[in-house]
Amino acid sequence: MDLNTILQILDSTLRLATPLLFACLAGLFSERAGVFDIGLEGKMLAAAFMAASVAYFSGSVWIGLLGGVAASMTLALVHGVASITFRGNQLISGVAINFLAAGITVVVGKDWFEMGGRTPALEGPARFQDIVLPFAGTLRDVPLIGPIYFEVISGHTILVYVGLLAVLVTWWVLFRTRFGLRLRAVGENPESVDTAGVSVVGLRYTAVLICGFLCGLAGVFLSTGLTAGFTNNMSAGRGFIALAALIFAKWRPAYALMACLLFGLLGALENRFQNIDVFGIPIPTQFMQALPYILTVVILAGFVGKAVPPRAGGEPYVKER
Amino acid sequence: MTLMQKFLSAGAALAMSATAALAEPGLIIDLGGKFDKSFNESAFNGATRWVEETGGTYVETELQSEAQREQNMRKMAERGANPVVVLGFANASTLEKVAPDYPDTNFAIVDMVVMGPNVKSIVFSEHEGSYLVGMIAGMATKTGTVGFIGGMDVPLIRKFACGYVQGVKAANPDATVIQNMTGTTPSAWNDPVKGGELTKAQISQGADIVYAAAGGTGVGVLQAAADAGVFSIGVDSNQNHMHPGSVLTSMLKRVDNAVYDTFKAGTEGMFEPGIQVLDLSTDGVGYAVDENNAALITDDMTAAVEAAKAKIIAGEVTVHDYTSDDSCPVM
Repeated sequence: MDLNTILQILDSTLRLATPLLFACLAGLFSERAGVFDIGLEGKMLAAAFMAASVAYFSGSVWIGLLGGVAASMTLALVHGVASITFRGNQLISGVAINFLAAGITVVVGKDWFEMGGRTPALEGPARFQDIVLPFAGTLRDVPLIGPIYFEVISGHTILVYVGLLAVLVTWWVLFRTRFGLRLRAVGENPESVDTAGVSVVGLRYTAVLICGFLCGLAGVFLSTGLTAGFTNNMSAGRGFIALAALIFAKWRPAYALMACLLFGLLGALENRFQNIDVFGIPIPTQFMQALPYILTVVILAGFVGKAVPPRAGGEPYVKER
Repeated sequence: MTLMQKFLSAGAALAMSATAALAEPGLIIDLGGKFDKSFNESAFNGATRWVEETGGTYVETELQSEAQREQNMRKMAERGANPVVVLGFANASTLEKVAPDYPDTNFAIVDMVVMGPNVKSIVFSEHEGSYLVGMIAGMATKTGTVGFIGGMDVPLIRKFACGYVQGVKAANPDATVIQNMTGTTPSAWNDPVKGGELTKAQISQGADIVYAAAGGTGVGVLQAAADAGVFSIGVDSNQNHMHPGSVLTSMLKRVDNAVYDTFKAGTEGMFEPGIQVLDLSTDGVGYAVDENNAALITDDMTAAVEAAKAKIIAGEVTVHDYTSDDSCPVM
């Protein structure tokens, strides 16, 4: 494997990791506040559909982005109402959202575009274009750093950089602000937050809406950044991989970045090589596809470190009377 | 009492429609959807053409999941549709089970062979059509490297791949063919993101023509190729119009003709069970040239491909069929 191949794989890694990263951070906010969310997949799918549709009708990807995020946040609100206000089962609500999104995107898409649930191909300003970072061309000839900067870091759509920035922002919000402290507390011990006179319900709604926002960006990136249009069920399990990444990352932003990059790398390797020889033993591509889930199970089983979820996760908060 | 009457009359109506000698034909659209710009859409176009020409009507359902196959097939037969056309190799095991239960209904399956006194199996010589587009790719490539992206990793798609590689090598013996399959589950037919990513990976390895035999995933392949300014080759339906000037040609698989002929024969009482092979000689497969790609196909290419086509029809050139022995001599 020469340097060029490695650079191209890393380039692909960054692209493939971005939707996972947004969804993973989305889950992080929600679950840190004590609301489990397995509806990431559905929210992502709904956002992808709305982003592509709105971008097609308006001709502007930025308006499409707003549409996608709005769709995702609406579903997040539904999840919030079901699991916070009405104290329903969070897992069931999440599953329902996944089914709802998978069905409604196709039904609405068939009605709007009559293309079997697909949206027309987006062109020009209706999709995110790759941006070349400053000095990428001039630095290209600098040994090692130049090619890395040019091939890997530069030349992605803006959402890729937003995703990397979101990791930093998430860390800062969760661990350096008063809001973050309360948000984490509400996922560990909501009674203490309530005793301190802070609204548990309000905090959880905020977290769920932030989750909807980030999940929306993941979906927007899928349909307007990675591809040019929506196709049925295009999230293809990425929401679940993101959940796996979240557990793998032990609910921490920096680890989440690592986990998503790792899973992105696995995807890029799998795309590049159908079979990989490791010391003469061929590893089938199916194994690479299953690896994120296998790693998650290994982590959950406690073989490598220990993944402890937020203590109050999954439980609706009932105020004592 | 009135409810009972309703049931009885409904039952009587059903019985009458079932015994009617020439019922309306039925079509079950497979997973991937009616407007996949590819396989299913081609079938739908055939049915539409039959409607336009005969003024008849047909029954249509669209599968939403694997689990619905049997239920849908039975429902279609019980509704009195005749003949019932099912699309795709994945229906074979279900049809084997369902067809004997409805001896008075004729079934037709595309892309797979199912034996039965009331079943017609329509298979295509995809390897021959792929051979021709492979030749075009072999002649058009400037880098000497071309790509193939398959959908789900099944023998049928390997048949496409094997024919394609043979064609490329026939036109350009030194050419390299990079091959990728999207996945091993049915979701591989509908993952344009992965299709695009695979295309980018192949382009970075030097491929300047990518052939997609991957259903809805192909949309992502064609898009990525158009974005990168390289050529792509479409499949099943004529996909030249999707990115004019970037889609080099399309491997046509005339599922539309198969559906049209079956509908026509079935409703006229001329249904013939057995195996029907649609190949180059019957124009069951071929390559597409229209105003979108006419400038890309040179006269030399046309001459070479037409010569090869004539030789294949005459039996002078044999294109190896992967499904005949589950292996490919050139891979």
